[in-house]
Amino acid sequence: MAHEPLTVMAQLSVSATTKAHLAKRQRVDRWVRRILFLAAALSVLVTVAIVYILLSESIQFFRQVPLLSFLTDRQWTPLFSDAHFGILPLLSATLVVAAIALLVAVPGGTLVAIYLSEFAPVKVRDTTKPVLELLGAIPTVVYGYFALLFVTPLLQKLMPELPGFNLLAPGLVMGVMIIPYISSISEDAMRAVPRQLREASYAMGATRLQTASRVVFPTAFSGIAAAYILGMSRAIGETMVVAIAAGLQPNFTMNPLEPAATMTAYIVQVSMGDVPHGSIAYQTIFAVGLTLFSITLLFNALGLLLRKRIREVY
Amino acid sequence: MARLRARSRRGPAQSHNPMPEAAISEALARRKRRDGWFALAGLLIMLAAVLTLVLLLAQLLVDGLPRLSLEFFVEFPSRFPQRAGIYSAWIGTLLVMLVTAFVAVPLGVAAGLYLEEYARRNWLTDLIEINVSNLAGVPSIIYGLLALGLFVNRFSLGQSIAAAGLTLALLIIPVVIVATREAIRAVPRNMREAAYAMGTTQWQMVAHHVLPYSTGSILTGIIIGLSRAIGETAPVITIGALTFIAFLPEAPIGGEFPYINFNWLDAPFTLLPIQIFNWLSRPQTEFHANAAAAALVLIALTLCMNATAIYLRYRYRRRVQW
Repeated sequence: MAHEPLTVMAQLSVSATTKAHLAKRQRVDRWVRRILFLAAALSVLVTVAIVYILLSESIQFFRQVPLLSFLTDRQWTPLFSDAHFGILPLLSATLVVAAIALLVAVPGGTLVAIYLSEFAPVKVRDTTKPVLELLGAIPTVVYGYFALLFVTPLLQKLMPELPGFNLLAPGLVMGVMIIPYISSISEDAMRAVPRQLREASYAMGATRLQTASRVVFPTAFSGIAAAYILGMSRAIGETMVVAIAAGLQPNFTMNPLEPAATMTAYIVQVSMGDVPHGSIAYQTIFAVGLTLFSITLLFNALGLLLRKRIREVY
Repeated sequence: MARLRARSRRGPAQSHNPMPEAAISEALARRKRRDGWFALAGLLIMLAAVLTLVLLLAQLLVDGLPRLSLEFFVEFPSRFPQRAGIYSAWIGTLLVMLVTAFVAVPLGVAAGLYLEEYARRNWLTDLIEINVSNLAGVPSIIYGLLALGLFVNRFSLGQSIAAAGLTLALLIIPVVIVATREAIRAVPRNMREAAYAMGTTQWQMVAHHVLPYSTGSILTGIIIGLSRAIGETAPVITIGALTFIAFLPEAPIGGEFPYINFNWLDAPFTLLPIQIFNWLSRPQTEFHANAAAAALVLIALTLCMNATAIYLRYRYRRRVQW
């Protein structure tokens, strides 16, 4: 803001002490501004630090493992004597879990968002939104407990062959976990749809469902798509649920009924052991971290871009 | 809907012979019914989500309540599930949160204040803003890798309370920034203009007006951020939090002059979520009951913090009327 509240003052004749006082105020003002700026700039430094740390350790890793075999080898056995460093098994497990989570969270989150934004009476909305927020506030390690000791045994009753660790249970639990996240972003997007569009639709005799599905939803779609993409990125980066309930064995599979380690679970597994700084095992977690960071960065950037678009349309 | 559309496509041909009234009211009723079904579906999905929450809590209560006793809070971890407790875990959580709050609150509020109140529209501001939104989406375990590479190994903080507190602080700074911005954005412009009209500098205006008016909402954001940090497990595992700590760090207050010491910052630690994870990953099922009990404590903590935040937001929203 380019306010200059003291320019008028300067033209009045003021005593020397007042002048000194005013000058001091201005100095304080300038310093505060600088300090606040430093705090804001620090956040950029955090990103730079993340990229630097991930890259510098990964470079060490890729000196020993060619990028091509990292991307194409189908085995991930860095701690064995016959070491293989193929990211595919970790990647496949990550994608399977994320896909299951989205299969739950996308329809669920969208329905909840449409209901809350277009159908729910104010009273229902005001009471259910905090509860949904609580669902998002439960620590993920507790969701892991739930997936391992409640959902998996429940699924085992339906499918007796299901192993104790599998990709299905954590995927489902993660889906429920992400519902509030997707619904709140989608709801924001639908709320941003101007009222006139709804009124026009009602005036044509459309019902609420018709208005919601043919006017509000398509208009808000870029924001809703952003919610899906950000939800995807959340599911890919989620750690504890899979580390607890999906098992820690790398397994190149697309079958959700098998146990398999995700990228995040692998990082957890290695960190729990005593891995010496500088060893290849230590570097692998940064290489896996770099892969994870790149994927989520891509999704986040896309999601933010889409989200920004809805604000600019109206 | 498809049928309605099909009928209207046939429309022009039959324009001399409009739909019989009964058919129209039947179509209308069908549309209304669909509306009702959809509302019901939305409500059911929400109930299902809430039911998950209830099931989760019920499961934890069934498994964990028998283990929840006073001793559970003052016993160290043990090889014997019946004797194990969360003494070192909750003390560790408390101390780490102290560091996190101490770092994240001033930095987050200052950055939020700058971006919303001071920053001019230019490329630098855009860069910072994009960066903050992006940081909010970085998976928490990546912060753990950052901490492992930077705090633990390059700054040689080791696997200490200080390293963990700093890591979680970095994780929640974006949350605090976003909350601060939203809070001060809600302060109307005329408040600012009125202060300037009295001849204040920008900082006086901010410190005497904007900040006091938005304290409630900022506080809400801080509490939500901290409640997120309290349940975070992944980044702290990456640092290498130990899971078997049978002693407490030196107390921060008390003892001899000057009554405050900082030795605890260096101490190894364990946290509630870490302890839960450790108990869960043991093969003996007796430990799972301990995990459930500790999870109950953790959930109680986060729910209390969230409830406080929701209450604060509600109260301030009602009380402040511009």
